[in-house]
Amino acid sequence: MSKLAKDKVMPLEAAVKTYVHDGCHMAIGGFTINRNPMAAVYTIIRAGIKNLHLYVHSNGQAVDELIGAGCVAKVEIAYGGSGKFAATCIRFRKAIEAGLLQVEDYSNYQMTLRFLAGAMGVPFLPTRSSLGSDIVDKWGFSEGLRRSDPKLPNRKLTVLDNPFEDWGNTEKVVLVPAITPDVTLLHVQQADRAGNCRIDGLSFADVEQAKASKHLVVTCEALMEGDALHENAHHNQIPFIHVDAVVHVPFGAYPTACYQHYDYDPAYLKAYAVAAKDDEKYKDYLDTYVYGVADHQTLIERIGTERMDGIKADPRTGYAANLDRR
Amino acid sequence: MDYTLREMMTVVAAREIKNDDIVFCGTGISMLAAMAAKSINAPDCVIFFETGAIDAALEEIPMAVADSRVMYHTASSGGLLDAFATMQNPTTGQKVIGILGAAQIDIFGNLNSTVIGDYFAPKTRFSGSGGGCDVASFVPRSMIFMQHEKRKFVKQLDYLTSPGHLDGPDGRRKAGLPAGGPELVITNMAVMRFDDTTKQMYLDGVYPGIEPQAVLDQMQFSVDISRAREVLPPSAGELAILREKCDPQRLIL
Repeated sequence: MSKLAKDKVMPLEAAVKTYVHDGCHMAIGGFTINRNPMAAVYTIIRAGIKNLHLYVHSNGQAVDELIGAGCVAKVEIAYGGSGKFAATCIRFRKAIEAGLLQVEDYSNYQMTLRFLAGAMGVPFLPTRSSLGSDIVDKWGFSEGLRRSDPKLPNRKLTVLDNPFEDWGNTEKVVLVPAITPDVTLLHVQQADRAGNCRIDGLSFADVEQAKASKHLVVTCEALMEGDALHENAHHNQIPFIHVDAVVHVPFGAYPTACYQHYDYDPAYLKAYAVAAKDDEKYKDYLDTYVYGVADHQTLIERIGTERMDGIKADPRTGYAANLDRR
Repeated sequence: MDYTLREMMTVVAAREIKNDDIVFCGTGISMLAAMAAKSINAPDCVIFFETGAIDAALEEIPMAVADSRVMYHTASSGGLLDAFATMQNPTTGQKVIGILGAAQIDIFGNLNSTVIGDYFAPKTRFSGSGGGCDVASFVPRSMIFMQHEKRKFVKQLDYLTSPGHLDGPDGRRKAGLPAGGPELVITNMAVMRFDDTTKQMYLDGVYPGIEPQAVLDQMQFSVDISRAREVLPPSAGELAILREKCDPQRLIL
């Protein structure tokens, strides 16, 4: 479908089948326990897609579930954690310690600059972050691996003397290479049929990730009909020209939060953390909550109205005030 | 006065925050310290998060820097690029104090939050830098929360994630980093600071009832203990604010 098409609405399974393939390079929006594109992630897991190469800055639940289900071969990442629920993502940690996952470490700002470079169409961007650190000195991906994959730059990063001498009171900079994912997955509050997106609250690096990507799959809480998002368009962050597929998935970020719609589900994330620590329990978790449901709506129904009502966002604050998070 | 060590650590950190500081917070106790400062001694300080939230109201304690609780009643809700611009901007960046934590720290305040063991075959993997390396690289002042344990205060980091003073007084300049680096380390036993001349850690204060030697016993490297004084414990007023206003559910405390 053309990126200029006016109606890109399709079922989630079809969007995943069209744009996410074994071995593809994929970026995920959101941040730790907020606005992760969970419905899309669970669909990828159910579709049995393998050997993904992931690009994220700070991600939690989505990355951990993709890794836990065995979908990921390599990840370029700044942070794998789910806040107080898992200071380090548990399946991420286990996979690295078992030698099952190849990792390249950057900082959050560096990953954001890499997406921005991809969006801008420049090969790299400079920063002073990480000078003197092992992020500069230790490279997770071998030279051989980098040469074997035409989608990877030949270096992790490089340090350059400031060509403008002392301009900006800066002697050297670290150049970080652009990222051009095959596909990016985002979950947003509002999108229209063409793909115009409106994000409430923090946008994290979603906009840079969206614009860096060859393809973009957007799931949304509310599918806005007609010209609704052309009103007050200054509240939109992503114009439709970057979007390939729009999928209406209420609660599409669950069990992570979606500002103004629902909070993260502490019960789910805590139970997940317990299951993730044990391979048998984790298999049961996947069988029950991922493979054991046909789609995201079935998962939401299984969780039940009472729990979903409990995490409903209070319109004043945008989160579930007084939610028991202990 | 009964208080826990976490309460002590939080209050000690809050006291370091000045009324005209812009405070960069991570997850957990650092968030609580900033919230406590705002309620106790620095009502006008501005809290911001790497996720792009500037001056959130923080009616409830966030469980992560991306928690929707950081998005409520902000001055500006942007993204990561905005947050990292705030700490690099020549004007606002100079006001920023960062609060960090790590799995390992060395005598120059360099931090490891990536791996224990060989990076290429780690014994234990941690979350990684997140914005930690960025804030440690950019801002003029930072404080670090640590647990005082021998395996955490190490002679040699397994991985240098976030630069402190690197190898000494000239370390940051030689590496090309802006001036700055960590000012203090707050632990469950003591407060450590960095000597102006050597940039090496020294014992600045111990909590009531703790001997300086007991602190040294929990470190792989030795530090100057001659300047150590006793740190003032939290007052009843500070504790009440911390318990009743900042963290009534005791999510962090």
